[in-house]
Amino acid sequence: MERLTREGLRALREEQARVLRREDGAAAAAELVVGMATCGIAAGAQATREALAAEIERNHVKGVRIRQTGCMGLCHAEPTVEVMVEGMPTVVYGRVDAETARRIVLQHIIGRQLLDDRVYDKPAADLVPGAGPSGE
Amino acid sequence: MGYRTFILVCGGEACEGGGSAALVEALTREVREQGLEDVAQVVKAGCFGFCGQGPVVKVLPDESVYVKVQPWDVADIVAQHVRDGRPVERLLCDRSRNRERTRVEVPDYYQKQFRIVLRNCGVIDPESIDEYIAREGYAALDRALFDLDPEGIIDELRRSGLRGRGGAGFPTWQKWVFTRNAPGDEKYVICNADEGDPGAYMDRSTLEGDPHSILEAMAIAGRATGAARGFIYIRAEYPLAIRRLEMAIEQARARGLLGRDILGSGFDFDIEIRLGAGAFVCGEETALIASIEGKRGMPIPRPPFPAVRGLWGRPTVINNVETLANIPVILLKGGDWFASIGTKDSTGTKVFALTGKVNNSGLIEVPMGTTLREIVTDIGGGIPGGRAFKAVQTGGPSGGVIPADFLDTPIEYASLQELGSIMGSVGMIVMDEEDCMVDVNKFYLEFAVDESCGKCAPCRVGGRTMTNVLDRIARGAGQESDIDQLREIGHAMQKASLCGLGQTAPNPVLSTLRYFREEYNAHVFDRRCPSRKCRDLVVFYILPEKCIGCGLCARRCPVHCIEGERRKVHVIDQAQCIKCGECYTACKFDAVSQK
Repeated sequence: MERLTREGLRALREEQARVLRREDGAAAAAELVVGMATCGIAAGAQATREALAAEIERNHVKGVRIRQTGCMGLCHAEPTVEVMVEGMPTVVYGRVDAETARRIVLQHIIGRQLLDDRVYDKPAADLVPGAGPSGE
Repeated sequence: MGYRTFILVCGGEACEGGGSAALVEALTREVREQGLEDVAQVVKAGCFGFCGQGPVVKVLPDESVYVKVQPWDVADIVAQHVRDGRPVERLLCDRSRNRERTRVEVPDYYQKQFRIVLRNCGVIDPESIDEYIAREGYAALDRALFDLDPEGIIDELRRSGLRGRGGAGFPTWQKWVFTRNAPGDEKYVICNADEGDPGAYMDRSTLEGDPHSILEAMAIAGRATGAARGFIYIRAEYPLAIRRLEMAIEQARARGLLGRDILGSGFDFDIEIRLGAGAFVCGEETALIASIEGKRGMPIPRPPFPAVRGLWGRPTVINNVETLANIPVILLKGGDWFASIGTKDSTGTKVFALTGKVNNSGLIEVPMGTTLREIVTDIGGGIPGGRAFKAVQTGGPSGGVIPADFLDTPIEYASLQELGSIMGSVGMIVMDEEDCMVDVNKFYLEFAVDESCGKCAPCRVGGRTMTNVLDRIARGAGQESDIDQLREIGHAMQKASLCGLGQTAPNPVLSTLRYFREEYNAHVFDRRCPSRKCRDLVVFYILPEKCIGCGLCARRCPVHCIEGERRKVHVIDQAQCIKCGECYTACKFDAVSQK
């Protein structure tokens, strides 16, 4: 990493905002964001993440990016995974164990259907407009 | 190709009670009957909050939220919304109430929560500085270095009305001014991340989810107060938060956002981490400073305040994690923007760790002025099993309880203090009818006694004596004078203790004496624990006229102390009984009673 100047910081922000909004050239068609704070990890987020990656590979699904993030605040429903797929509404799944993770890949990403009994609500609107991964 | 519309029906406890399962069926049937089964999918979802207005139905992708949906509304939702693409206006939830507390421009939203401190938690990868930068990260530092002078930064903070989120609620801008004006060429910035209250994890989550926001805020504090070095004091029992902070500091240094000549501005600022061993008293600022200096973590009398004589005798500004996390947003959006959120004297938002007897436990952030009822029922999803709400504990071992009568009190610094609690950097623990106030207070007081450093007598002796009295009451050996004694010692500790730990340790007891006096009386005069928690006071026995001799209680009893022949009255052997209450919950004929 190189040291930034004021101008460099601003240029980097624009570039990275495009990546986060999935508007860069290498944009993935789908993005899975796993909550990996202490609460999520304690509830099994590591296994969830591995199951997602394994199922994506097993089904040869292309263009899926898995990211980690901190606590979304849904402690009662950890582990949580936010799923963004082109042409589908962005949703947050809660109580995602390894089995549910496999169903997310098969039913949501490939089958383009929502999973029953697992969708939760994002707790609040995004304060940073235009810079969120959902591109609000 | 594929579904175009998704109909989500809330599956929370309150909505299920209101018939949400039938709604799922009715919607599925209606979608099929109108020939839209290839267009719309009906799904049962988790709790959406607003349980007072259930059943709730949300339609994606346009995020329309329908409240109080009844079976006869189903046809309209499917025909109007799914088929014709026009939301059913009469069922839409009212979003205007949220605006009363947040008079700022944000995307249209319907939730009770509003996230400033937690803006990046659950959004960015905390281990990536680039993702932080992408979401306006370090833009506030940019502004603080090039567009504002120190007075300008402090003025923005003054207009924001931001007050410390750690406990006392002191105006943050004043702390910064005192440190700035204190004579001396070497000054320090400290981030107090010594979060130790039982049930509190807001600071840990903030640091784990968005570590750069704290680094950025500390650098801004350095610029405003004239400090070039910062310390984060964090407990060693937060390993993930520490690792992510370390990574963040490394990345910020590599990017030239910490260290010498930040962004080419000529301003130097660097941050080091200091690990605490987990002593609760080290959350008190003078004890924290002593701990960083390598001394025993014991408080010293103030004044002089750390702003004048702090770390190594130099002027030091100490802010808590949550306070700092607000600062980059204040500099970017302006103090006036921040001040328009919340109430007049308590601006902005507050993060709570909502735990205890509540369906949706979680980390929440709400505008100041939100009522406890909204938090417990709308965000928390109510109390499991339909049991009755009893009280909310806020402020942990330094706070107090707020009973059901005050559920509609808006949460502000002043209102909480009036009720005998504090804002504090703490959790919010919901208690129901099964929680005993004497028992809960024994826990908090024992915590404070364990964590007392022992330097001053009021805290050391007073805390121990109060615990002994409470213990006596819980054992059924209480005397009439005990309640007065608790009050007397409590007031003495509040007045005479050296630091905040001892001054606030009696708060839980004093506040419950105020609101739940009859519960103490039941323990002392009737030798009875109304919530059946104080084991020594509970006697379980079987009512012969009701017992049918089914034997269920005997099978459930873990110590096999219930005897009786089949179809004959059973008897509990009181000498063996461990008072677990299994028989009481097991009996289907109300034949097990307790006194």
